[in-house]
Amino acid sequence: MDVLFLSRLQFAVTAAFHFIFVPLTLGLSVLIAYMETVYLFTKDEDYLRMAKFWGRLFIINFILGVVTGITMEFQFGMNWAEYSRYVGDIFGSPLAIEATLAFFLESTFIGVWIFGWNRIPAGLHALSMWLVAIATNLSALWILIANGWMQKPVGYIINNGRAEMVDFWAVATNPYGLLKFGHAVMSGWVVAGFFVLGVSAYHLLKKNEVQLFRKAFRIGAVFSLISSLLVVFIGHFHGHEVAQTQPTKLAAMESLWETTEDAPFYILLLPDPSNEKNHFELIKIPGLLSFLAGQKKVKGLKEFPEEDRPPVTITFISFRLMVALGFLFIGLSILATLFPEIIENRKILLMVFIGAIPLPYIAGQLGWIVAEVGRQPWIVYGLLKTSEAISRSVEFSQVITSFVGFTLLYGLLGLIDVYLLYKFSIKGPEPKEV
Amino acid sequence: MEFQILWFILWGLLWAVYFALDGFDLGAGILYPFIAKKDIEKRAVIHAIGPVWNGNEVWLITAGGATFAAFPTTYAYMFSYLYTPLLVILFALILRGAGVELRAKSATEIEKKFWDISLFIGSFIPALFFGVAFGNIFMGLKFDESGYHGTFLELLNPYGVVVGLLFLFTFIVHGGIWVALRTEGSVAQNSVTKAKTFWYFQVIIAVLFLVLTARFTKLYDNFIKAPFWFIVPACAVVSLFLTGWYLRKNKIGTAFIFSLIFILALIFSGIIGLYPNLIPSSIDPGYSLTIFNSSSSQYTLKIMTIVVAIFVPIVLFYQAWVYKKFMYKITEKELEEGY
Repeated sequence: MDVLFLSRLQFAVTAAFHFIFVPLTLGLSVLIAYMETVYLFTKDEDYLRMAKFWGRLFIINFILGVVTGITMEFQFGMNWAEYSRYVGDIFGSPLAIEATLAFFLESTFIGVWIFGWNRIPAGLHALSMWLVAIATNLSALWILIANGWMQKPVGYIINNGRAEMVDFWAVATNPYGLLKFGHAVMSGWVVAGFFVLGVSAYHLLKKNEVQLFRKAFRIGAVFSLISSLLVVFIGHFHGHEVAQTQPTKLAAMESLWETTEDAPFYILLLPDPSNEKNHFELIKIPGLLSFLAGQKKVKGLKEFPEEDRPPVTITFISFRLMVALGFLFIGLSILATLFPEIIENRKILLMVFIGAIPLPYIAGQLGWIVAEVGRQPWIVYGLLKTSEAISRSVEFSQVITSFVGFTLLYGLLGLIDVYLLYKFSIKGPEPKEV
Repeated sequence: MEFQILWFILWGLLWAVYFALDGFDLGAGILYPFIAKKDIEKRAVIHAIGPVWNGNEVWLITAGGATFAAFPTTYAYMFSYLYTPLLVILFALILRGAGVELRAKSATEIEKKFWDISLFIGSFIPALFFGVAFGNIFMGLKFDESGYHGTFLELLNPYGVVVGLLFLFTFIVHGGIWVALRTEGSVAQNSVTKAKTFWYFQVIIAVLFLVLTARFTKLYDNFIKAPFWFIVPACAVVSLFLTGWYLRKNKIGTAFIFSLIFILALIFSGIIGLYPNLIPSSIDPGYSLTIFNSSSSQYTLKIMTIVVAIFVPIVLFYQAWVYKKFMYKITEKELEEGY
């Protein structure tokens, strides 16, 4: 263990943890805004109570997303000073823009939403949740533009011993970043959709507020269906982009060692990185890998020197599991959309939807593992190695302290989050006002 | 005007606005256990900062982001040299945020107690440590071309501690005034009393700060070169006295305005003294990180200037609207409806 390894571990833990809270807020804000708007137009109290019920869960989650987000911004400077110095001319801008454009908006209007129930007109109140929803997703856009630049550096020159921006438009419209934005945000919406489905299923199971939760279940179902289809659809084109710009990542995702024309896809395989081959490859689908990569000839890992390859097994397994989960979400949301009446009356099916709540979270985490581990050994692909990016003046004792501190504090916050979400989920909406 | 100078002013402004706004949230959090005893009183204090604290904290995130975007080398070294104090601030801010929002979600007394303590510690530590950090920046950090040579304990030197206490007392007074402005009854009464008491501490430490700054830092040099700028610290001194004056006359709203101006003028006095440095080196001024040797390219600064010129006024507009909308007095009836 050294400073580099610990700094990477700390970044992984804090980023993964931050992304427990973020995806739910991306989609749930939209759903709450929608529910409140439906209430405004139909005056159906169920939708208002629904908005308030999910609003409370949203706030718990939102606040932990906010506080763990500050860590992310500080950490680039604290642990990755050489990275920050080298890329700050480009990478700093989207972060500053994110704060100015999006983060102010969401943080200010979440306060308005929480405290504004009886103080501002109903339309303005619903509008404030729409603003939160727009801002939350806009915030993701700028963060992913920043991350997109690490994946595929564009619009820069090397000058004064660092990367300097020469084309802001190219950075802001980097296809890598935009595709990743679409893919990641839709996956966040799936998290929210399944969250609403699962919690509704719980109450339907308990025969609690049946009328309200039947409506909520249907909203969750359609929302999950649209977003889970979009995740895979955008993900497909994102895969093409990866194949073009990061052939090492793509090869690791598929554990492809030899460069192959019309590359086949194996349903089952297990990488054997030490022998630069796979332990076994079973159930071959001809040409599928070439189709997925959008290239006739797909480069294998052996094309690249060993020190430039990412860890294969973890990238491969994460990718496979993520894809499998992605298709499972489509299947489940088709069921929920087409046959809500059947599901409502079958205990076992309701249990399935309760059990499915954590799965989209897991899929999102796996996606980030593919994106970040698969980019190694680079911090900025092809430009700067992760090992060259750490803070030189930070000592082992400092990083071990912060790592242990973060792990304990975040572990505690995670438990509190799960406990509170559980508690308020099963409690159900406030009783109707008489 | 060169973009670097523009961004130096903006950099100062972002920090100044952050301290002027979140300062009262932090102050309220520090006073919290002392001005509120009953549960309903505690909820009143939290409600007083509830609608605005999160939006206020974003000024810090923007200050951090702007440092990254405009002065990346400073961002890199400021944050890595001050690793441990920033870590402590970070943990504290996490606890503070969670405390403000999650106390209301607690059912048992133990949970509430936990969030009470989180809120207090999470407010106290940033107030003190931001001051310590800025005090050390005013003095200069021990670094040269091979990196940083200071330790965490060295940051707690007499001057750093004085600036830390100045921030601490300033935020306590600021927070006390804010809570008094937003609440009624015994909470408001207690807050005014505390603000009045701490104002004396604030004045004493401010005088000490003015004297010790001459002894430990080079901040006065710029003012001596261009005495015109003495108007800013003079404004701070006058505002500080007017804060106390109006507190005494129980004109809470006016006292708050002057407390706000005091913070802005205080930060800007420091910023003017620092120019053109962002982080001076106490080993040799040649190593100092200045706005010229640590800035982004002209192109990036230009882009960021456009972004800021469009969006910061919009932010100020809607935040001002929110402040106006939520300046109501928090009544018991309000709290019973709960949030």
